[in-house]
Amino acid sequence: MSLSMIALLVIALGVVAFFVARARANVFDAGALATRSAGDRPHSRPVYHGWFVGLSAVLPALLLLTAWSFVQPRLLDATIVASLPVADQPKSQIDKDAIFGEVKGLASGELADAFNPASRAAVPAYQANQARLQTEALIACVLISIGGAAWAYTRLAPQFRARNRVERIVMGILIFASLIAVLTTFGIVFSLLFESLRFFNMVSPFEFLFGMQWSPQTAIRADQAGSSGAFGAVPLFWGTIFIGAIIAMAVAIPLGLMSAIWLTQYAPPKLRTILKPVLEILAGVPTVVYGFFAALTVAPALRDFAFAVGIPGASSESALAAGLVMGVMIIPFVSSMADDSMAAVPQAMRDGSLAMGATSSETIKRVLVPAALPGIVGGVLLAVSRAIGETMIVVMAAGLAANMTANPFASVTTVTTQIVTLLTGDQEFDSSKTLSAFALGLVLFIVTLILNIIALRVVKKYREAYE
Amino acid sequence: MDMESQTVMPSASNVGPVTTKMTARDVSVYYGPKQALKSVSIDVSQENVTAFIGPSGCGKSTFLRCLNRMNDTVASARVEGEIKLDGTDIYKGGMDVVQLRARVGMVFQKPNPFPKSIYDNVAYGPSIHGLARNKAEMDEIVEGSLRRAGLWDEAKDRLGESGTAMSGGQQQRLCIARAIAVDPEVILMDEPCSALDPIATAKIEELIDELRGRYAIVIVTHNMQQAARVSQKTAFFHLGTMVEYGDTKTIFTNPFEPRTKDYITGRYG
Repeated sequence: MSLSMIALLVIALGVVAFFVARARANVFDAGALATRSAGDRPHSRPVYHGWFVGLSAVLPALLLLTAWSFVQPRLLDATIVASLPVADQPKSQIDKDAIFGEVKGLASGELADAFNPASRAAVPAYQANQARLQTEALIACVLISIGGAAWAYTRLAPQFRARNRVERIVMGILIFASLIAVLTTFGIVFSLLFESLRFFNMVSPFEFLFGMQWSPQTAIRADQAGSSGAFGAVPLFWGTIFIGAIIAMAVAIPLGLMSAIWLTQYAPPKLRTILKPVLEILAGVPTVVYGFFAALTVAPALRDFAFAVGIPGASSESALAAGLVMGVMIIPFVSSMADDSMAAVPQAMRDGSLAMGATSSETIKRVLVPAALPGIVGGVLLAVSRAIGETMIVVMAAGLAANMTANPFASVTTVTTQIVTLLTGDQEFDSSKTLSAFALGLVLFIVTLILNIIALRVVKKYREAYE
Repeated sequence: MDMESQTVMPSASNVGPVTTKMTARDVSVYYGPKQALKSVSIDVSQENVTAFIGPSGCGKSTFLRCLNRMNDTVASARVEGEIKLDGTDIYKGGMDVVQLRARVGMVFQKPNPFPKSIYDNVAYGPSIHGLARNKAEMDEIVEGSLRRAGLWDEAKDRLGESGTAMSGGQQQRLCIARAIAVDPEVILMDEPCSALDPIATAKIEELIDELRGRYAIVIVTHNMQQAARVSQKTAFFHLGTMVEYGDTKTIFTNPFEPRTKDYITGRYG
């Protein structure tokens, strides 16, 4: 019986335990009703007794099963190695992986035949061990499940506080769920970190962070030209900042702020209820659609314009095209944060200013925006961190040439674009070219993390000011 | 109800000659379909402090906010009737609401200083209305306003600190200083002490008494003792109508209307 079947069986046992326990608790209730004395009323409703016993049957068994599912493949791998004759022992990790893959494929019937005869020989032992381990898992889980249910069942009594117990179990489940999210984040960070460390063993961090030359193409054969590769990421950082933090923000901050001001302060309520969702739809457009728009509509138009007015260095993939479209994409971010923070400024502030004989625009300029400024700044920082991590638009519209240029009509490349190019297609994962993607990812992660932390602190500090 | 017959013109009992600053005739206010104020008529005099009392939701604050058209900021509000300031209808087309509010200032229930320095709070009004030509004149206005609000001694060494860092009572006096900095003719106070402790309240009441005569003052209050202490004229509102208006002394000692008497003596409210 496979592990997933065992899990289903355990859950089925839990359901049975729930109904049995609830039926037993119903008897307590009936007894209390018969005597009609308040002191005899059971502490918890029958359904809580049911849940308590049901969860006692399911949770420990499932925990064991989860642990088992991590251990079992290791044990099986060990049995494969052990069953191979000394002459056929794999010499490298790659050989090992190949044999494991073949044995597992043959055992499950997915492979008709194996390339390596040694694999074929290992199959019977593998299958026998797998069957044995799964049977053991089945027996252990069922025993624990029934044991848990039985223990819980013996505790049932009219005055047993099943309701409080269930409350604590629920809290435990919730904590577990949030732990998974947090641990996953840490896992991602560590995998980035380890791959980056491998990269920094090959290329010095100093060269990576401050080098001005980006040319990651390392040669596959020794006689190829440009075999050394250069990993100075400054042109990438510049391109990212140029597009995401300069051009996109030059579009998004004024437009987002002004539309937020108009929507919150001037728009008639009816129009506002229509326009605000429409603006927020902008945030729901898939970024790849923005990418089309940038690459196929905006970029050629900008190139033609640049040629027409004689701007040198114009390219059909320009920083300006990517930045403008990204700015439009970011508008709802900025405007909704600005909207929220201006709405959070107490009405009393506005009234105070209006009652002094200030006009609406004076009130906005001199009271509302200054009071909402921390929130607006926080929103802008979040928008910047979103913009520099944005991938699709720049991949499609910004180009791949790592230029250090301030000419918005020229092509630049960004960190995210390079990561995509470095990691798509067949890659070997021990070359500095591929590993540099992880280092770029790490830098991007750290920068956006810092931006987010600053933004959240700014926003939080500002909230405290009014509460 | 005919208000005119009950509107006793203020006697010269405690404040010399009396001139009418604002007049309201048959003012009704609707919030959407709901009528919040029913045909209120009242005269506000220059020399007296006028108090509006009545239970919560009786329309006294609504009426106060009509006097400088702050109800305009509520989209669903509609005002009918006629309110005149020095004989000019403030609800007539062509009335400059911004100028009106400079002439009829307002102090709110909760102190609402701007999150700016004490100096900038007071300088806010004069600077948007261009009342000072240079820094020296502005300094003068700020000092004068803070002095008149009785806050100068406490604030002179901390003019650069945020107005929101002051205590509640100081904040409210700062708001009064801010209101008088534009040299208004009328000051409307909407329960100015309801968020303050008794000591801060006493200071505000003292201040109101000092400002009396220089500005026409209208104060809305929940606190009947406060109305009795600071005002010379009192209007009692109930359920959107103005029940009685007269000398404070009369209202509190010998009210004409039984409803007023019941409220004053604490039978309801």
